[in-house]
Amino acid sequence: MREPRAQAFARRGILLLVFAFLYVPVGVLVLLSFNRSGLPTAWGGFSLKWYGELAGNAEILSAAWNTLVVALSATAIATLLGTLLALGIERRARRSRGLEAMVFAPMIIPDIVLAVALLSFFSRLDVTTGLHTIVISHVVFDLAFVCAVVRARLKSFDFTMVEASRDLGASAVTTFRRVTLPLLLPSVVAGALLAFTLSVDEFIIAFFTAGAGRSSMTLPMQIYSMIRFGITPEINALATIVMAVSATALVISQRLNRGRLLGS
Amino acid sequence: MMSLSNHEACGLRASDPRVTPAIRKILPSGPGLAAAPGVAWLAVFMIAPCLLVFAYAFLTRGLYGGVVDELTLDNLLRVLDPLYAGIFLTSTRIAGLATLLAVLVAYPAAYAIVLSPRHWQPLLLFLAVLPFWSNYLIRTYAWIVLLNREGMVNQGLTLLGYEGEPLSLLYSEGAVVVGLVYNYLPFVILAIYATLSRLDPQLKEASRDLGASAVATFVRVTLPLSAPGVAAGAVFVFVLSIGNFITPALLGGGRFQMVGNLIYDQFLTANDWPFGAALGMALILVMMALLFLQARVTDRVSGGRVGAGNA
Repeated sequence: MREPRAQAFARRGILLLVFAFLYVPVGVLVLLSFNRSGLPTAWGGFSLKWYGELAGNAEILSAAWNTLVVALSATAIATLLGTLLALGIERRARRSRGLEAMVFAPMIIPDIVLAVALLSFFSRLDVTTGLHTIVISHVVFDLAFVCAVVRARLKSFDFTMVEASRDLGASAVTTFRRVTLPLLLPSVVAGALLAFTLSVDEFIIAFFTAGAGRSSMTLPMQIYSMIRFGITPEINALATIVMAVSATALVISQRLNRGRLLGS
Repeated sequence: MMSLSNHEACGLRASDPRVTPAIRKILPSGPGLAAAPGVAWLAVFMIAPCLLVFAYAFLTRGLYGGVVDELTLDNLLRVLDPLYAGIFLTSTRIAGLATLLAVLVAYPAAYAIVLSPRHWQPLLLFLAVLPFWSNYLIRTYAWIVLLNREGMVNQGLTLLGYEGEPLSLLYSEGAVVVGLVYNYLPFVILAIYATLSRLDPQLKEASRDLGASAVATFVRVTLPLSAPGVAAGAVFVFVLSIGNFITPALLGGGRFQMVGNLIYDQFLTANDWPFGAALGMALILVMMALLFLQARVTDRVSGGRVGAGNA
């Protein structure tokens, strides 16, 4: 059935408007980051000058390093725990409402509430705060997302493959290593990439659990204080890099996960 | 944030006929064992801190910040104080407006994606959701660049022949609402798309065949059946907006206190942790009430015989 012309017109018009709304604001940022004049008002020609300034900014470099350390550590822990959690939950004979709520909660608790809860918790126990407390806190939501992605994959998991492997004489361990794990791996990596992006971008929980001092400042905290200070061309350049990293991680994650990430 | 997939992520159970004894052996030993480390992590670093902060809501503030272990109901009563109840009302109004606008923009967008050729849909959906996963601060900052007095919007107006004073668009309630809609729109599109794409096209055809007009079919068939997606998206935007801290701080210029900012202040500037804890508790209560309502909407629709394909 051919789409009526009026409908096709309206459909394209709506899509154009919505995508313009979503992409023009960040697109302007990206464009301005390459503007030699540094002014939002006048185009002074293409330049990588602001990226150069970033590379010479010790504060930003140290914040970027901290972010990398936090995100990689949190992702490693969350991927292991989240994958095991998904396998454990899917293996249960009966669905437990409490368990479902528990693994769902980190995704919906307002981040400000989780942030103040963790701050209270760490200070009550006299835990010295720093990068390690940010890692601990990030694992909380990261593992929930890894778990959700891996569970979605387990749902359509072809268990006859496992059976076939066993029937053909492979041991349980060999089967897990050579059949189950390779089949699950794309979703595990997709979950890990998602966790990494979330951790790189997370601001409020890191802000509350980092403790005082510059030494455990992460990139979003750095960006926040820069934004409060005013609009500078360096922020545009930094924003462009951060968005490029997230977008790359997500595109890979999406490919590995064959669209399941988006719930489609 | 992935509440949609969560409802149906209840994949394979050990009771599933597909799970033969051989498979049971392959999956990590013991149902509890594999899940244990993750469950323990959440118990220690999510549930215990949340319980602690809820306990703080009933305790007394220390003289120099901190918390004294004396029971009191003062903090909870203070949440109802007109000054703070007023902030809850302002937050509710701003969050409500953002929710309404987000749904009004997202519905046609999701509908347009569903009507697009099938092989285009995954890409369109991915592009709609992609901004959602990029840095929240940066997406909010983009609006500072657009809305400030020398920003793109004012520049555009000048080009169009506007000659008055540049408009101060930033640091207003409108800017906060636009920022919230911008940040959460992708998820609402996703939520509504998820229900619309699963509607049985035969239902629509049946309605048309029985003589209903296109408008009547939309209002009486499509719209009610897509209510769960609208509800999921709306609850999401509302909950995240009312507890938001970044957008009011950056786009409201501190002029509009919302619950999130109030909690932030109690913990980091006013040093009144028990009151901050009480506010957090109120926020969680509002959130749970809304999630309960959302579950009711979903149940009502999928409870009927014309379920939206919910597993």
